[in-house]
Amino acid sequence: MAEYKPIRKVVSGNYAAAYAVKHARVEVVAAYPITPQTSIIEKIAEFLANGEIEGLEYVPVESEHSAMAACIGASATGARAFTATSAQGLALMHEMLHWASGARLPIVMVDVNRAMAPPWSVWDDQTDSLSQRDTGWMQFYAENNQEVYDGVLMAFKIAETVNLPAMVVESAFILSHTYDVVEMIPQELVDEFLPPRKPLYTLTDFDNPIAVGALGGPNDYYEFRYKIQKAMEKAEKVIHEVGKEFGERFGRDYSQMIELYRTEDADFVFMGMGSLMGTVKQAVDILREEGYKVGAAKVRWFRPFPKKELYELAKSVEGIAVLDRNFSFGQEGILFNEAKGALYNTDAKPLIKNYIVGLGGRDFTVNDVRKIAENMKAIIDKGELDVEVDWYHLKR
Amino acid sequence: MEIPENVKKRLSIPADEHFYAGHTACQGCGASLGIRYVLKAYGRKTIFTIPACCSTIIAGPWPYTAFEANLFHTAFETTGAVMSGIEAALKAKGYKVKGEDGVMVVGWAGDGGTADIGLQALSGFLERGHDAVYIMYDNEAYMNTGIQRSGSTPYGAWTTNTPGGKRHFLEKRHKKKVIDIVIAHEIPYAATASIAFPEDFIRKLKKAQKTPGPSFIQLFAPCPTGWRSPTDKSIELARLAVQTAYFPLFEYENGRYKINMPSTKKEPKPIEEFLKLQGRFKYMTKEDIEILQNWVLHEWEKLKKLAEVFG
Repeated sequence: MAEYKPIRKVVSGNYAAAYAVKHARVEVVAAYPITPQTSIIEKIAEFLANGEIEGLEYVPVESEHSAMAACIGASATGARAFTATSAQGLALMHEMLHWASGARLPIVMVDVNRAMAPPWSVWDDQTDSLSQRDTGWMQFYAENNQEVYDGVLMAFKIAETVNLPAMVVESAFILSHTYDVVEMIPQELVDEFLPPRKPLYTLTDFDNPIAVGALGGPNDYYEFRYKIQKAMEKAEKVIHEVGKEFGERFGRDYSQMIELYRTEDADFVFMGMGSLMGTVKQAVDILREEGYKVGAAKVRWFRPFPKKELYELAKSVEGIAVLDRNFSFGQEGILFNEAKGALYNTDAKPLIKNYIVGLGGRDFTVNDVRKIAENMKAIIDKGELDVEVDWYHLKR
Repeated sequence: MEIPENVKKRLSIPADEHFYAGHTACQGCGASLGIRYVLKAYGRKTIFTIPACCSTIIAGPWPYTAFEANLFHTAFETTGAVMSGIEAALKAKGYKVKGEDGVMVVGWAGDGGTADIGLQALSGFLERGHDAVYIMYDNEAYMNTGIQRSGSTPYGAWTTNTPGGKRHFLEKRHKKKVIDIVIAHEIPYAATASIAFPEDFIRKLKKAQKTPGPSFIQLFAPCPTGWRSPTDKSIELARLAVQTAYFPLFEYENGRYKINMPSTKKEPKPIEEFLKLQGRFKYMTKEDIEILQNWVLHEWEKLKKLAEVFG
């Protein structure tokens, strides 16, 4: 194994994704432009134009629906396929997301989290990706540009091991267009980590032709669904292994599906996903100095959902403040809903409160975390919730 | 079946069969004949993309397939996009695509999946210039979902959502001219074909195979179930559609039009000959028939003019 000497580049989250696509030796990219995703596919096109990528076919499709359909065709033919999208584009793809997982194709996609219209918004919000919860896609939420890069490389490895597609999610503008130092991995080491794809099946064995996706009657369909669930369960183990391997090779450990930050002796923790957790970690440091015994729990993988890790965490704390940059209308924040559901049949019963924050790119600061901490402390002291779901930023 | 050497030499249609008996098409199905010919022309080194349509089930439910070629079943509107992805992947992996010894990437979609919901993906596929063949088999309605009108349903036709009743609610629009939309993309090769003229169809499939870039063939494929026609009349109906100039056979090749049949020197047969064998036209009044006849002749004159000027 060659020695790992990282290559440091100052790049946007989108460029980090593009570099990861290049380093992963993706064979087919099919994509359609949508703000704020576009600079990913532009950067990939630039690599091609400059001769920096070889062996990649770039298909500039006429819609996101076709982007996913083309990736599906490419992946079924045995190629490593990638696309990227955002918000309305992801919603347009929705039908084909089911097709990708149903056909067990390890496509990797970057979704730049953006709020759904109307009103038009191009800013950060997790409802687009979380609306794809039940499509059979794995979902990884990146906190920073480094995690976008690392996430894409790991997603391919995990996806190709369990034969399910994976989504790497980054925040609109907060990550997509903000430059930061990213440690990139030399190509030969990426090649060692991520060897060429070995497909479950391909459409190119002409001596033994197959038909994929045919009608499945009531006697068969059910088992197809069960196998997707088994693959999701397997993915938990694979995520752990691949995340650990990544840590051993490159120094950044991703073996935990929930990254815990200063939670060992915490009275209560802030739980959330994506870039807002960077703010939360910073706030935790400050709050610790101010005497709050708090920690952060960053949910990296939303699908498969880290039930076991959540249970272990929930047993050790008195309260969990779930920060949702998303909402399921008629109910509550989506991560909150999932977390409560996961703990219901367990003996872990911390107070769990839902804070709806940052929708449509509303600024979320260290000060906001402090206010939430004050509120959490008060309800824990009292032993009961004031409200279950708090629309934290609402102009009252 | 063994074919004597001297007979084989005279056949222009390959004797090889790659479409298995036991498929689930209805009796007299034009589409299934179309599949058989495509497989004869291209053999097993072919990857099909089939969207939601009759052929989804003609090919057979899981785990069966009647195709001796690779086949990817996909969503209704995605034929053009999925075949684009397949072609791109083959190229990325170093396969030769199209040409006599290359892999044939074939889209096989019905008229609804082409003229309507799949039109955007078809357009994208054509415009990007992929080396693949898109075949629209035209049975003039959404047959697999229970005979609803599509953009390709002709004037005056009964369908289950344009039924004939007291107030005479029938299809009031003429058939969408998908091939004209295709030709507007200025692709190298486009043609119409009919299951009644298999030699012509095979020749066109072969030409599409040899021509680099995207090719398109609109295949006329009668549907006895949806057309309310006797199952033994499918070939006759397909032939009459050509002879009446209702569905003329022509080729568009790099800007040039060539009419194959009917003869441009003779008057086409009256449209009634095509209509009267089918229950779907039974609600048409004399005026309706005249409207359809006039449209057919008008379009025929247009095509003749195109062949004359751009022949």
